[in-house]
Amino acid sequence: MNVHDKHKPLTWWEKTYLPGVLAGLWLTTRHFVRNMFAHTLRALGMDVKWLGSVTIQYPEFIRPLFPRLRTHHRLTKRDDGSPRCVACMMCETVCPAKCIYIIAEEKPDAPDIEKIPKSFDIDLGLCIFCGYCVEACPEDAIRMDTGILEISSYGRKGMMRDMQTMLALEPKSKRYVEFDDEGDVVSEPFVEDLD
Amino acid sequence: MEAIGIVLIKLAFVLVFVLSFGGILTWVERKQSAIMQDRIGANRASILGLRVIGLFHPLADAIKMFLKESFRPANAEKFIFTLAPAISVFFALVGFAVIPFGDKLVLGDTVVNLQLAPLNVGILYLFAVAGMAVYGVVLGAWASRNNYALLGGLRAAAQMISYEIALGVTIFGSIMVYQTVDLQEIVRWQGAYFWGWLPAWGVILQPLGFLLFLTVGIAETKRVPFDPPEGESEIIGYFLEYSGMGFGMYFLTDFIETVMIAAITVTLFFGGWQVPYLAPDGFHFPWGSELLCAQWVVALLQVLGFTLKIMFFLWLQMAIRWTLPRFRYDQVMRLGWKYILPISLANIVLTGAAILLIK
Repeated sequence: MNVHDKHKPLTWWEKTYLPGVLAGLWLTTRHFVRNMFAHTLRALGMDVKWLGSVTIQYPEFIRPLFPRLRTHHRLTKRDDGSPRCVACMMCETVCPAKCIYIIAEEKPDAPDIEKIPKSFDIDLGLCIFCGYCVEACPEDAIRMDTGILEISSYGRKGMMRDMQTMLALEPKSKRYVEFDDEGDVVSEPFVEDLD
Repeated sequence: MEAIGIVLIKLAFVLVFVLSFGGILTWVERKQSAIMQDRIGANRASILGLRVIGLFHPLADAIKMFLKESFRPANAEKFIFTLAPAISVFFALVGFAVIPFGDKLVLGDTVVNLQLAPLNVGILYLFAVAGMAVYGVVLGAWASRNNYALLGGLRAAAQMISYEIALGVTIFGSIMVYQTVDLQEIVRWQGAYFWGWLPAWGVILQPLGFLLFLTVGIAETKRVPFDPPEGESEIIGYFLEYSGMGFGMYFLTDFIETVMIAAITVTLFFGGWQVPYLAPDGFHFPWGSELLCAQWVVALLQVLGFTLKIMFFLWLQMAIRWTLPRFRYDQVMRLGWKYILPISLANIVLTGAAILLIK
């Protein structure tokens, strides 16, 4: 319907509601028959491409994530395994949710590094996942590319993450989407291996 | 008179038939709406890891409703508050007594009439029962001592009584055609054929009557698109204070009424238990061939045909419920009084004129 048709008076036939009702029923019935057909074929064991529903059955099947999605933080490491973080407080300062708590300490043995964090805590209950900490970091010490989305806890204390936890996290998991040469997504919802 | 044993067996059959339909409709409602909207719908309830496309959900719902506390507000009328849901279910169920679900079953010397109560005032009885159905709703709403519930009860009373009149008037046309109000006789009448091949189902003689009756019938069930009494998004409605099985009974009533409307529609307009070309001794096709079968097979096919027709109309009612947006209260009233009632009256005049012309 065009915008200028909006206030056109209804014709007598339209006023009976019947054409509207029938058009609506035709639409929903078409969907019902098509989806029911797909479901029936699948129940009979046939591999049908058109799924019959757009639902992804979440705990069993997981939708692949886009690489730019900001997920659980992790702290990167130097070659010797110590954190890259130099406790410059940039992330703590820029954080709009004020959920990063760094306590710095001196690093006497290394000549070119003055400070390292004694503790580096993030309260994920406050975090708004804006990614400013990642952008602000001059040392590439914090990233949000773990692919971990399911962050939940029975209490507020459970939302705290300390330095050791975040250092141990791995980068990209296999949860990410894959693209073909033309930039189209090729991966489909998948079943996660539960170790 | 039939033996008391046969009557009890028929009673059990009808009750099981209706209640299992009512129970399974809760599943159909969720599943059909899901499929219509490209979703999957209820499929999580499982017994020993077995899910059976969500068929355990009605069971889980029933267990939940039985185990929940049936809370009663401190100021509620204790007696009426407890009684009202039962009244509601009762009048929804007793209507099925006169619905014929088959012709006759001959077992040796006994002839079983496949209708619970062979009442010669069938349709009038149905109207009476449908008229009483509003009591369960209004009493429950009033006894709750809750303003929103009372508002829902008032709306229900106004809507159901308005549409009660239209319900009666829409069927007059059919009664004029059939010349009887006995439902079993009405179904037998529809066993004839026009030009030897077209089943003389009521919908062919009364297309307008069918359309109006289905509309009014859906309005009588108080479900979307005619749900101002419930008004989920505004006042919660007449069962606002009910929980546990009290609510469950109101919930079940809506579904039983849906089955009821489907059954009446089939009986009056779609030949009831009539299967096309099925005579008491087997199939007689209009092109001359015959397929004879035993009497009990015929009875079984009739019951099966009736069930399938009911299932189609249940599907249609669900499709309508999940397609159309709800009417506003004034729109419900306007549709009932200013459109459906006059058109039904015109239908009576037209039918009368047609009968006069043909005779």
